[in-house]
Amino acid sequence: MAPVATPFFFYLLSGMMLIGGILVITRRNPVHSALALIVALLCQAGIYLMLYAPFVAAVQIILYAGGIMVLFLFVIMLVSIERTMKERQFNRQWLLGIVAAGALGGLFIAVYSRGQQIFPNRALPVAETQNTQTVGTMLYGQYMFAFEIASLLLLVAIIGAVVMAKKRI
Amino acid sequence: MHDLIQYVVSYLKPNVDTTPGVAGNFFWAFVYILLVFVGLSIAVIAMNWLERKILAHMQVRLGPMRVGPHGLLQPIADALKLLLKEDIMPAQADALVFWIAPFIVVLAAFTVFVVVPFGPTHAITDMNIGILFMLGVSSLSVLGIVTAGWASNSHYPLIGALRSSAQMVSYEVAMGFAVVSAVLMTSLNASGTGTLSMIGIVQAQQQQGEWFIFKFFPLGLIAFFIFAVAMVAETNRAPFDLPEAESELTAGFHTEYSGFRWSLFFLAEYSAMIAVSSIAVTLWLGGWLRPFPHWLSGGVWDFVFSVFPGLTFLFLAGMCFYNTARMPKHPYFRIQTMGLAGFGFLLALIGLLLFIPQVSSRIQDIYWFCVKVAGFMYLYIWYRGTFPRYRFDQLMKVGWKVLLPVGMGVLILTASVGLLQTTWHR
Repeated sequence: MAPVATPFFFYLLSGMMLIGGILVITRRNPVHSALALIVALLCQAGIYLMLYAPFVAAVQIILYAGGIMVLFLFVIMLVSIERTMKERQFNRQWLLGIVAAGALGGLFIAVYSRGQQIFPNRALPVAETQNTQTVGTMLYGQYMFAFEIASLLLLVAIIGAVVMAKKRI
Repeated sequence: MHDLIQYVVSYLKPNVDTTPGVAGNFFWAFVYILLVFVGLSIAVIAMNWLERKILAHMQVRLGPMRVGPHGLLQPIADALKLLLKEDIMPAQADALVFWIAPFIVVLAAFTVFVVVPFGPTHAITDMNIGILFMLGVSSLSVLGIVTAGWASNSHYPLIGALRSSAQMVSYEVAMGFAVVSAVLMTSLNASGTGTLSMIGIVQAQQQQGEWFIFKFFPLGLIAFFIFAVAMVAETNRAPFDLPEAESELTAGFHTEYSGFRWSLFFLAEYSAMIAVSSIAVTLWLGGWLRPFPHWLSGGVWDFVFSVFPGLTFLFLAGMCFYNTARMPKHPYFRIQTMGLAGFGFLLALIGLLLFIPQVSSRIQDIYWFCVKVAGFMYLYIWYRGTFPRYRFDQLMKVGWKVLLPVGMGVLILTASVGLLQTTWHR
């Protein structure tokens, strides 16, 4: 079977992702921004698929596009659109912005020019069809401790949210 | 040219053991996509008619009787009416989002059928992440509902959209736990690794010799029950149809939609119902496997079960003929009577065709899958006919305080029992 991970799809997905990302910050209407963000996230899932990581792509769709974005929209819809339309969209911190953009651009140029030496040029260690199984055995075997710590962090965040939301518990 | 024919014919051989998507056969993948699309549309039309008739009979009414014999042509008349209806957009609506929302719902509802396994070879494709793909893409449909409610710029749709997003996000959690406990069961084999592929899940049930609903009784049954409740909530159907509660919100999130756009929501709702039912069938009811593949095995039983598809169609044809004989003899009904008899002949022809061994051996798995899904569709109608609508706080209580803890408990128990079983056998 011919591989689908052709440059055409990479440029298509990353182009759509860039357009989506730009729309997120330039649209005045927050709901339009959220929809553009969904497009960007779905394109990111497509890029994960191109990297032969189907499990990560599926989790990206379920968690970000299906779960978190729904909550985003839920909150945004309760906000008055007329007021947010009048609000200033960008902070005037152009000095910091130029520094951050310069740093990111420098990083991109460095990766573009020296990437071949920096990153290992290896074939995929596991077959695509074994992806999920490998992720599972790694998470619950080799990286068990880190995984448990991450879940503990999430638990702390959940308890914090409940404490902040509820006046009396 | 010869290569092209070879390419097309190669998938028709009887010893094919993969889906066209996995085999990389674009022609057959396209044919399967068309078949699934047409089949789904017919199923939605049939569901429309059946729901109205069955609900009517449950309430001791006749239901649609005017258009065609026993109202058989009513769905077609409805579809025509919806297409010809004026398409209204509210004046202050967000035009772009209002326009996109129904398409998001329809796309999400139809895309999931890419991985639905109608048989070991009868699926458009098989993915390593099949069940995750189905859950993920079907969860995208809530985005369409939410944006539809918001873009209408009206109060009832907004309330419907907010209800629906809260409801679907909360029941997805319970649903996830039920699904994980079924996926865990696929790993109880020699190699110890499970699978998320839809076809792989059914094959695991075939290998272990029992449907997952009966596995570790009653754990599989409880997980199935949780999924069966959550899937009704996920598809916004009665008794959990709060997002479109007629008595409170007129029509909920699609109040402002009319004509073609409304029919897209309708189509999406019914195909989403079929999609979640096929997840339930695949995970717990053995997918395409016929009843009792191990208990009643052997050539005789294989033959007995292989005549079921043909008999079903012959039974339907018989019903048509019976009602043809009972049609009023007035000349006004002549065309209807002839049409019904013709429909009966068509069904009988299909039924006879299904008795050919080569055909029935290839079609049988699709038949059993569709029968199981049809059972769920009947359940949906039955729920709607019998259960009163939940209040919103009751709905949240059931989701978070009953289904979620029970689902977690079932998951932990399934894991422990599975672990005990594997260590015992070693």
